[in-house]
Amino acid sequence: MSSTASNPTDPTIRCDGVYKIFGENAKRMLQSSGGVVDAAKFQENGCIVGVNNASFEVYPGELLIIMGLSGSGKSTLLRCISRLTEATVGKIYVDGEDIRSLNNKKLIELRRSKMGMVFQSFALLPHKTVLENIAFPLQVKGVSTKDSIARAAEMVELVSLSGRENYFPRELSGGQQQRVGIARSLAIEPDIWFLDEPFSALDPLIRKEMQDEFLRLQSVLSKTILFVTHDFDEALRLADRIAIMKDGIIEQLDTPANIVLNPVSEYVRKFTEEVPREKVLKIETVMEPLEANHEVSDLKVEKDAIIETVAELVLSSDKPVSVVDDAGQVVGSVRASKVISLLFGGHNQHEAGRAS
Amino acid sequence: MMATLQKSKPLQLLLLIVVFILLCLLVPANEGNWLWRFPTLLKSLPVVINNSVDYLMFDWWLIDVWDPDIEEYEEKPLMRQVTRSISGFVLFLIEFVRELMLGGVKTIVTFTSWDWATENPWARWPGLPWTVVTGGVVILGYALSGVGLACFVGFAFTYIAVFGQWEPSMQTLSFVLIAAPTAILIGLLLGVWSYKSKTVEAVLNPILNVAQIMPHFSYLIPVMVFFGIGDHAGAIATIIFATPPMVRLTNLGLKKVPAEVAEAGLMNGCTDWQLMRRVLIPSARRDILLGVNQVIMQCLAMVVIASLIGAKGLGNDLLIALNRLRIGLALEIGVCIVLIAIVLDRLSLAWANKQTDYFADQSFKERHKYTLWFAGVFAAGVALAGIGQLIFKEGFNYLYLIPHNKGITTEPFWQAGVDWMWDTFFYALKGFNEWLIVDVLIPVKKAFLAMPAIATFTLVMGIGFIVGGIRSALIVGGYLLFIAMTEWWDRALITSYLMTMAVLISGVIGIVVGTLCAQNATATRILLAWCDTFQTFPSFIYLIPVMMLFGVTDTSVLIAIVVYATIPAARYTVVGLRSVPSELHDAGSMSGVNRFQRLFSIELPLSFPHMALGINQTVVFALAMVIIGALIGTDDLGQLILGSLSDRQGVGNGLVLGFCVAFIGLAIDQILRTWANKRKAALGID
Repeated sequence: MSSTASNPTDPTIRCDGVYKIFGENAKRMLQSSGGVVDAAKFQENGCIVGVNNASFEVYPGELLIIMGLSGSGKSTLLRCISRLTEATVGKIYVDGEDIRSLNNKKLIELRRSKMGMVFQSFALLPHKTVLENIAFPLQVKGVSTKDSIARAAEMVELVSLSGRENYFPRELSGGQQQRVGIARSLAIEPDIWFLDEPFSALDPLIRKEMQDEFLRLQSVLSKTILFVTHDFDEALRLADRIAIMKDGIIEQLDTPANIVLNPVSEYVRKFTEEVPREKVLKIETVMEPLEANHEVSDLKVEKDAIIETVAELVLSSDKPVSVVDDAGQVVGSVRASKVISLLFGGHNQHEAGRAS
Repeated sequence: MMATLQKSKPLQLLLLIVVFILLCLLVPANEGNWLWRFPTLLKSLPVVINNSVDYLMFDWWLIDVWDPDIEEYEEKPLMRQVTRSISGFVLFLIEFVRELMLGGVKTIVTFTSWDWATENPWARWPGLPWTVVTGGVVILGYALSGVGLACFVGFAFTYIAVFGQWEPSMQTLSFVLIAAPTAILIGLLLGVWSYKSKTVEAVLNPILNVAQIMPHFSYLIPVMVFFGIGDHAGAIATIIFATPPMVRLTNLGLKKVPAEVAEAGLMNGCTDWQLMRRVLIPSARRDILLGVNQVIMQCLAMVVIASLIGAKGLGNDLLIALNRLRIGLALEIGVCIVLIAIVLDRLSLAWANKQTDYFADQSFKERHKYTLWFAGVFAAGVALAGIGQLIFKEGFNYLYLIPHNKGITTEPFWQAGVDWMWDTFFYALKGFNEWLIVDVLIPVKKAFLAMPAIATFTLVMGIGFIVGGIRSALIVGGYLLFIAMTEWWDRALITSYLMTMAVLISGVIGIVVGTLCAQNATATRILLAWCDTFQTFPSFIYLIPVMMLFGVTDTSVLIAIVVYATIPAARYTVVGLRSVPSELHDAGSMSGVNRFQRLFSIELPLSFPHMALGINQTVVFALAMVIIGALIGTDDLGQLILGSLSDRQGVGNGLVLGFCVAFIGLAIDQILRTWANKRKAALGID
């Protein structure tokens, strides 16, 4: 899941000045202003600006998480990109194609071939069994019952639901239902995977289990993912990059580490101050450059390792530990004192309070 | 003073009642005084309707039609041609199903000619032996649901055959098998259309409101004029009557489908059609099935009423039996109707819930096992009928068809029971009957009739105002004004009196019984099961036992209404009380309430809105039954509607009378519903 964001490939999804404005006056006002949007003006006239000038890219294989509290417009943004809602203004490109200009037929074609989506409330068809639900996207595409059911049986295996093929959704627990939702969204092997708060309706323990499952799947499948959540910890845990939204505006879009280290606004900082750094930051951020006279231990850690996972190792060593890159080349070292200051240091005082 | 009055609803009500009583006392009973009775400005409305219908049927848009008999083009009105072809088509379908079961030649004639059929006497479908039909339905029941349903339908059909009701039952069945699917289909289409288009919904809504509360009889008259008399007319009236709940429930169900499910369908790449057929409609199936169930019930409820305009079958027989006071026979026929209703209901439910098994790798024999079974049953049945031909030499082949009223009958038993009851309880029954009529019903009826129109208006509009402000007051006033300006205000008062009495009694019984049963889970379950069963019975079935006891009197009608209308009152009370969240129970218990305090301070206030809707249903049920009571003699609007059935100029009268009944119901509906919604909003429940 190492970030491919830096690769100079073309983005899978690109949003360019996307607005979504709700309200009866929206259309008329837009016409009178000639397509130029001034969000404040719309709000004065009783419109609600759901998405306010969203511009960003998602690269192939990248997992972008849109994080925000309820009413921040995160789900609306996702629905604009999947065109479940029509954006009011702006361009949205999927694989270079302007999807807002697609007609209904082409849109259906796009959804049948490239997109899968998972919903917060699972949105399974209540009258169909697990197997039929998973086979559904294939069947509407015209795949024969036999082939679609065979494929669905494979998917059941993938999401570890074997033995429950003929259950109805109402007979499954929340976690199992969402597994079905995931299997259904993946049945057509989409390139782009939308997940709208997929784990929010689940109990904390199940949520953790599902997140692990999700990471496992993603490590196998490497889809381009737009993932919406209101849970900042979930975002940090899963994301390659996070877009934090507030009142329809993307406040900050960056990697988890950068967001934690350099929140751009008071609003973002509020989320990050509760976050234990060692769970987010990579060894890289506390690494010191290699100096010749430095004495290092034989122990090695990877520069991409999350600090928490290697803290014990570093602390147990009386000498600095060397840091290696993907290729195994030593690129620096890390000292126990650095890790200690990060774990128990000044900007982390609340941790002590939490622990007691 | 004014300020307190504006705030305090009880005070407003008190003032209203004082004004009402003053008006009653002060306005003199004088036909010329418009405060006593409003001028009948709408008196000519029925005539206008009659003339328009006549014009539509006989003079509007003449077209040339080829007449094969005189081999010439003839000018005929379009409307008549259209209704004629619809009639013909419906009749063909009914005959087709009917002849499949009972045998006949009409279907063959349709495809050939009478001459050909006469020349070829072999070309005659003999009809299926009852054993084959019963066996077929048993297999169907088994295939759809299992042994339980198979046993039940087997029992039901055997009962019908053995009691000698096979022929009329199959006639009724053929008529229902055409009417119900048509009503379901039309209802589904309109429901989907009104879901898709706000305009359609806005147009349909008021029509459905009126249609659902119009008395059954009112549909018969226009249908008779447009489509004539016979099975097809009965079927068409039934379709018109049975469709509205289907439209309602389809629309409701579709609206209740969670937005995310529809979105999931879209993201899975559904086209509009796929979304509707494979996602929305199946997801809404709970409500849609409720609609299907309602349609079947309405169809069976119409069986007797449709027989008034020529539908053959059980309904007709039942009506005749009732008129001859052959209670035992009526009871047996009634049971047949109820059995058919339950069988159709269960089969349709089982069909909708059926599951497919994808993994069973089946051989040809397994895949077609039901077809093979049926072939076996068919062969066996035909063989049995052949053997029967040899055994029963004197006319009736009981293994082929048990002729009408030649089966087992328990009539003597029931008749003896009735006689015994009359002998034993004669004085008690008579005494009760007389007391009720002389000391209760007649005084109340007189009191209703002694109300000046202006007082009625003040009371009803005043209540409307207190409950829902000026808007509600105007709406109910409008409904009343229509009735007041026809010449049937007094009749409407009589209808209202019967209905009011019945609703009061039903309401009290229903709420008390419901409240008691709601205290205990088992009692709740039993009561709900009872309600389900009794609701399956077509309304006129209730007339049979009360006629046994009280003969043809207002008492019978009142008791039948009360029994029938208590069902929704009890059901809504139980459901309302039972749906009070358990947290509130716990919160109450922790505040130290005892059982009665909990009931009176927590549960009842919270379920009042629900109960109000129950009373609303009670009103609808009671109104329907009051009008059906006309079949055994009342002197209200219902009797007039029944009368206009046999009147050449009956369309206008029938429709306007129907509207009068509907508007009584709608006025009460407006008040109760507004109140319930306001209470719900105030309590934050829905």
